[in-house]
Amino acid sequence: MLKTLLAGAALAAMLVAPAGAAEVKVGFVTTLTTPAGVIGKDMQDAVNLAVEHIGGKMGDLDVNVIFEDDGFKPETGKQATDKLVQQDDVTFVAGFIWSHVLLASRKSALDAGKFLISSNAGPSPIAGKLCHENFFSTSWQNDQTPMAMGEVLNQQGVNSIYIMAPNYAAGKNMVAGVERTFKGEIKGKDFTKWGKDAQLDFSAELAKAKASGAEGIFVFYPGKAGGAFVKQYQQAGLQGKVPLYSVFTVDSISLPKFQAANMDGVLGSQMTQFWAPDLDNEQNKKFVLAFKEKYGRYPSFYAAQSYDTIYLIKSAVEAVGGDLTNMDGMRAAMKKADFPSVRGKFTYGNNHMPVQNFYLREVVKDADGVWTTKVVSTVYENHQDPYAGECSMQ
Amino acid sequence: MDLTLLVIQCLNGLQLGILLFLLASGLTLTFGIMDLVNLAHASLYMVGAFICASLTFATGSFVWGVVLALPLTGLVGYALERGVIRHLYTRNHLDHVLATFGLILIFDTLAHLIWGAEGIAVPLPGFLDGQVELAAGIVFPTFRLVIIVGGLLVAGGLYGLVNHTRLGMLIRAGASNRTMVSALGIDIQTLFALVFALGAVLAGLAGMLIAPITEASIGMGNEIIITAFVVIIVGGIGSMRGAFLAAMLIGLIDTLGRSYIDDLFKAVMSAAAAETAAPAVSAMLIYILMAVVLTFRPQGLFPPKVR
Amino acid sequence: MAVSRSTGSSRQAGIPLTALATLGVLVALAVIPPLLQAAGQEFYLTVATRLVCLAIAAVSLNLILGYGGMVSFGHAAYIGIGAYAVGIPVHHETYGDWDLVASYSGFFHILLAVAVSALFALVTGALSLRTKGVYFIMITMAFSQMAFFLFVSMETYGGDDGLVIDTPSEFPGVDLGDPLSLYFVCYGVLLAAVYLVHRLVNSRFGMVIRGAMGNDARMKAVGFNTYVYRLTAYVISGAMCGLAGALLGNFTTFISPEMIDWTRSGELMFMVILGGAGTLAGPVAGAISFIVLEEVLKHFTIYWHLPFGVLLVLTVLFFRGGIMGMVRSLEERWRG
Repeated sequence: MLKTLLAGAALAAMLVAPAGAAEVKVGFVTTLTTPAGVIGKDMQDAVNLAVEHIGGKMGDLDVNVIFEDDGFKPETGKQATDKLVQQDDVTFVAGFIWSHVLLASRKSALDAGKFLISSNAGPSPIAGKLCHENFFSTSWQNDQTPMAMGEVLNQQGVNSIYIMAPNYAAGKNMVAGVERTFKGEIKGKDFTKWGKDAQLDFSAELAKAKASGAEGIFVFYPGKAGGAFVKQYQQAGLQGKVPLYSVFTVDSISLPKFQAANMDGVLGSQMTQFWAPDLDNEQNKKFVLAFKEKYGRYPSFYAAQSYDTIYLIKSAVEAVGGDLTNMDGMRAAMKKADFPSVRGKFTYGNNHMPVQNFYLREVVKDADGVWTTKVVSTVYENHQDPYAGECSMQ
Repeated sequence: MDLTLLVIQCLNGLQLGILLFLLASGLTLTFGIMDLVNLAHASLYMVGAFICASLTFATGSFVWGVVLALPLTGLVGYALERGVIRHLYTRNHLDHVLATFGLILIFDTLAHLIWGAEGIAVPLPGFLDGQVELAAGIVFPTFRLVIIVGGLLVAGGLYGLVNHTRLGMLIRAGASNRTMVSALGIDIQTLFALVFALGAVLAGLAGMLIAPITEASIGMGNEIIITAFVVIIVGGIGSMRGAFLAAMLIGLIDTLGRSYIDDLFKAVMSAAAAETAAPAVSAMLIYILMAVVLTFRPQGLFPPKVR
Repeated sequence: MAVSRSTGSSRQAGIPLTALATLGVLVALAVIPPLLQAAGQEFYLTVATRLVCLAIAAVSLNLILGYGGMVSFGHAAYIGIGAYAVGIPVHHETYGDWDLVASYSGFFHILLAVAVSALFALVTGALSLRTKGVYFIMITMAFSQMAFFLFVSMETYGGDDGLVIDTPSEFPGVDLGDPLSLYFVCYGVLLAAVYLVHRLVNSRFGMVIRGAMGNDARMKAVGFNTYVYRLTAYVISGAMCGLAGALLGNFTTFISPEMIDWTRSGELMFMVILGGAGTLAGPVAGAISFIVLEEVLKHFTIYWHLPFGVLLVLTVLFFRGGIMGMVRSLEERWRG
């Protein structure tokens, strides 16, 4: 099957691509429609900025990034991947915000002998039993960020928490992560309806959390649910009484909205993350400054990961001197993680997941009064995800 | 069981029920009178929320935002009726479902183009943003209380409108026998357009009231419209009283289900199994209710008397 | 709720244009996608495979919607059931547990898909068919929502994240992993489905179903227990749609509850109406137009839902009878 596919793809390339165009094609699958389209926009902007920063070149080759919309649906994401692989004959398929879209598209890209790079999603199977030599991540594994948060809670002497997360795999990963490290008592736990018909009114759960007497609330609500949650947390009068500890809930995408609506309850709330806009290294300073200049807002972590994706690919293409048929060479180059990353130096584990630092961040006002996050402390140094052992690769 | 918590959860359920009623009342009106199945009612809910959000920022006040957005949403509804909807009255329900499904796609994409994908968080004025202590220990967000009281007033107003005005008489007459009303020389075209616009205003109001709690976002209505349909089906299509009671019932069932089902399940199964089963069952609860109601009463709980 | 006027008996004088169109559509599907693949356009074969799977589902929906007036707004549930009937046995065969259903055998998958779909249709249909009109539309949707949440809650099978189908169904002598083989298997099933519907609607059984759509009371008065007939049609339709789901699962090699979303049911309805409800080739023509339109519009803009929605509204307003209806009126004009 691989052979037929490759033969077909080669033929298609001859039919479609103008002769002699020396370029490296990167497919980028993300969400451009639906309310989650705002995340995809941030990633797209970061990719475009990265391409601009490298002068549109990787070695001697021109860079051609083809964006596809997954519509927040695994099936659509797979169709988009099929198109990139079969019709556009890309060498790298990157992007992927959502775990389910990544899992659905995985086979299409890998079976066709392409590199698959996740610029966000990090579900446990991909790090464990489904790990693959041609898969790389520029983000993290789902469990890691909440594990760091559990550690923070221990350090701060929080004795009990109430947990809320959406009822889907990433939500469960996040909860499993915090439970893995948090040593105190879990007073209660709510998994709320997710998916297209997601629950956005958390009145019942917040009332329970308040009544439970927990010392803190841990939540994971990505996208628009995050905004809804933080507002209701404030309206329910929990602010200042039961502190909020979150992962992937408050980010540079939601903060401008909170600031516009003057929801100052979010100031001072804490979260863990592998990166922050104020992280002190050359590449990050360049990235954040240029991003703010060009788009007039802070980049989100989604943007940071996407920016890194382009530099990772560049390192691979340049290592083989632009010979895109040299898969082994490119793989070996990527495995070294030998490129300037916005998170600073990191290494790849055996499962091609980053082994990296995790930081505690806090929401603050910057010098211009814009709400952003800053690093408070380093929680983990060179942390590896807990599923690496399940991966059969060395 | 914690009694204070139970009271708060009942209030939360009531508040959800009120929102559902605002949406369902428009649906049941248009269904009862024009025999129209309108999925795009969800879009009017979204349009109301977005217009209100824009106006809130323009005027600096949520209250002004609502006051100005209500007639504008009505206008959008009126234009929609004139442009598309009225051509559907002579068609069957299948055509209604498809055409209004198409309208949802159109409205969602237009909203994306006009307001962007990110959605708008709507700020509340200080006097609505806090909490009130209703009784010892029962602290409830002010704005949610406003929704309950405001919604009950609207429901009362609708009751008065339908039962004690000429327009209401026509509405009731139209619901039970449409041909008769037009035979009596009533300008049925205008009546239909007015009723549709009224439904749009009610849906828009629901959207405006939810916007400060969640936010105005694309496709926000597609999530709740299905529930609103469940409400009017359970209540009996065309019945205002049925819509009100079913909305309250479903609001309470949904909220109390989310609050207590996992505890209930933990009593009969392992904690891990309960954790998995509870969210699924509480999400299914209203559909189970609907299936049960229709099994025993195929016309819903309160079918209008004459059809 | 009459959906179309006359319902396709093709026994007319001369070569009827409708029959010709039906034949044309089916032959085109047999020839064009493989040719495109041979020309190196692998991607279009992928599109065509998805198209054919959805066409089978649309044909199954047409049986009850077009010929029986039963507007099911929950047919996506059967696609999901069918796909999970492939995914779950494969999952257990690969990772262990639940030996009873663990299997790679395609025959077993198909049997499971058809049996479970039929059972689901029997139970939900028995309740739903007690209602009429919009109540029927909404209760079928409610049942598919329940199926949606059921699959979401099944954490073993990935819940909301979905389930990767590691290997395709195994049949002796056919490798469904090969895109062309898979395409022809799907196409064969489509032909069989169209033929089955043709035989059904022209049988005594079909007369009763169609009669009940026009005038239920009269059919009852004549002495038919229309409820049983309608329920039977509903079950056949559900089972057929389950089979479409099993094929779709083999094609996507991935299944998630998203497949059961109510918008998917709406899309199936649109395919039937666009092509012409109550005609033999209508749903197939509808599926082709739908998928081609989607691919073309997507190519131009990420905001493709806007023109798509406009076309949807216009189709309903001005394009009554769908594509096959147009063919028929052409035929009538041509005859004078």
